[in-house]
Amino acid sequence: MATGQDNACEITPGPGKRRFSRRSGFSDKIFSNVTLVFALVIALILVGLVIILAREAMPAITRFGFSFFTSSVWDPVKQIYGALPAIYGTLLSSAIGLLIAVPISLGAAIFLVELSPKWLQGPASLIIEMLAAIPSVIIGLWGLFVLVPVVRRPIESWLGTHLGMLPFFQGPPFGVGFLAAGIILAIMTIPIITAVSRDAMKAVPNEQREAMFALGATRWETIRQAVLPYCRSGIIGGIILGLGRALGETMAVTMVIGNSYKLTASLFSPGSTIASTIASQFSEASAGVSVGSLIYLALILFGVTLLVNVIARTLVWRMTSMKAAKK
Amino acid sequence: MKNSTGRRYTRRKLVNRVMLILSSAAAGLAILILALILGYTLVHGISYLNLDFLTQATKPVGEVGGGMRNEIFGTLILVALGSIIALPIGLLAGIFLSEYASPKVASTIRFMADILAGVPSIVVGVFVYAIMVKPMRSYSALSAGVALAIIMIPIVARTAEEALRLVPNTMREAALALGITRWRAVLGVIIPGAMTGIITGVMLAVARIAGETAPLIFTAFGSQFGVQGLLKPIGALPMQIFRYATSPYKSEQQQAWAGAFLLIIMVLGISILVRWISNRKRM
Repeated sequence: MATGQDNACEITPGPGKRRFSRRSGFSDKIFSNVTLVFALVIALILVGLVIILAREAMPAITRFGFSFFTSSVWDPVKQIYGALPAIYGTLLSSAIGLLIAVPISLGAAIFLVELSPKWLQGPASLIIEMLAAIPSVIIGLWGLFVLVPVVRRPIESWLGTHLGMLPFFQGPPFGVGFLAAGIILAIMTIPIITAVSRDAMKAVPNEQREAMFALGATRWETIRQAVLPYCRSGIIGGIILGLGRALGETMAVTMVIGNSYKLTASLFSPGSTIASTIASQFSEASAGVSVGSLIYLALILFGVTLLVNVIARTLVWRMTSMKAAKK
Repeated sequence: MKNSTGRRYTRRKLVNRVMLILSSAAAGLAILILALILGYTLVHGISYLNLDFLTQATKPVGEVGGGMRNEIFGTLILVALGSIIALPIGLLAGIFLSEYASPKVASTIRFMADILAGVPSIVVGVFVYAIMVKPMRSYSALSAGVALAIIMIPIVARTAEEALRLVPNTMREAALALGITRWRAVLGVIIPGAMTGIITGVMLAVARIAGETAPLIFTAFGSQFGVQGLLKPIGALPMQIFRYATSPYKSEQQQAWAGAFLLIIMVLGISILVRWISNRKRM
């Protein structure tokens, strides 16, 4: 479309108009190139991120190499750093978060698209999207003062007495820890997963549902066998987008996870994530290797979220372009 | 035989009923969570909000009283700085994507913008620390503005692009048929036509960066001496909420709640305004 219009502009009827047209073509070239330059800023930032983070992490990369991933020591006195507990904590808290968020989000999306009366759809969507707009520091504040005490008393002590034979539910109930962080991450990913799944379900053509109903299926069977399989890739994309958000979430997690650098199976135990380690250790880091190690962590986080987001975008885009093709 | 199909039928009906109730309950739960967070913050926050909070500077650790005047002011400055840097870049990038780019180039840059929007904000903070704070040997308001701008650019670019695409092609053709150049058509006809959408995107981005905390730790850092200039450290509301929330003093925790009240009013106020603007446009 764009190139076609470009050509149309440059066609110049008659020699008399030529100078004007060339000048206008020239000014247009300047403007389009200016916009191109600014668009390239986006690419530049992305490339710059990789290069600068890698360069700054070099002291730690050369010193620890890949053993950084397998060592679980974080000792600023001896200047020995390893990322394993942080990586473990990131994956564990995100996994708990998704485990809670996915069923709730899918249920909410099903309600919004398939069940809700028309007048309720708009307001209910708005409310769930507002949850996404709350700054993470406020969710962290609420988590620290309201959620953590609840997690400690009824939730963790109940899990401890009834499911205490499992290694995940052993140890004293602290309140702050992986479980609290996971619940907070669930709260923060529900709006994203719900919104993307809702859009994916909306893209399912009505004929699919009608065909299912015509076979005598119940409403749930229709959703289960006609709607959900049809938009599976969109929903998975939404879940992975939520994962990307959970992996990089910093403030709220830092406030409720307890920031203890250890490797343990217990969900009640305080721990750390990559992001919370960077946020809480940065002010104390001074020498080249300690800052380098934190930036090495940032580089790992960047790499992982990059991968996760590329996968999610591809899946969501495929879904939406399918919808566009249907139109 | 008849009996067994009948039982199967009731079973299917039962499963149907249970699953539909569970779905509705899930939606109700999501809404309940928001109500809990919002309600608690608003009720709790407003009870600690007073005139001192808005007009006084923070007191040294352990002293009762004081307010977040400087941090509120700091947040306004940082948001303005971020917007000044991000708006031209985001808007022009959006214009490029919708008006000039070939489909292939457009989808590449659009993809990159989406990826950049997904980069955790703490990583952006570390990046800006490395390119600005470290070479300049000082935390600064300017570096925080740059960090917020990097978060803002992809949001503005993508929403501006979407808004520009919604302008009907006939308007472009009409403008060009008048003999004006393309760039004047873009600036004079197409952008005004997409204005509501662009403003919506900008305000969403502003709401997002106003609450950002993580990147500020490495760039703005915080300051006890108020606003001293762009090249000096500066305080910000979300950062102060974080510091006071994790403080052992009751009075500081109460100030954190008051700050949270103010921040949530600011951010949700913008979000609701955005809704209102875009709804009005649809009508």
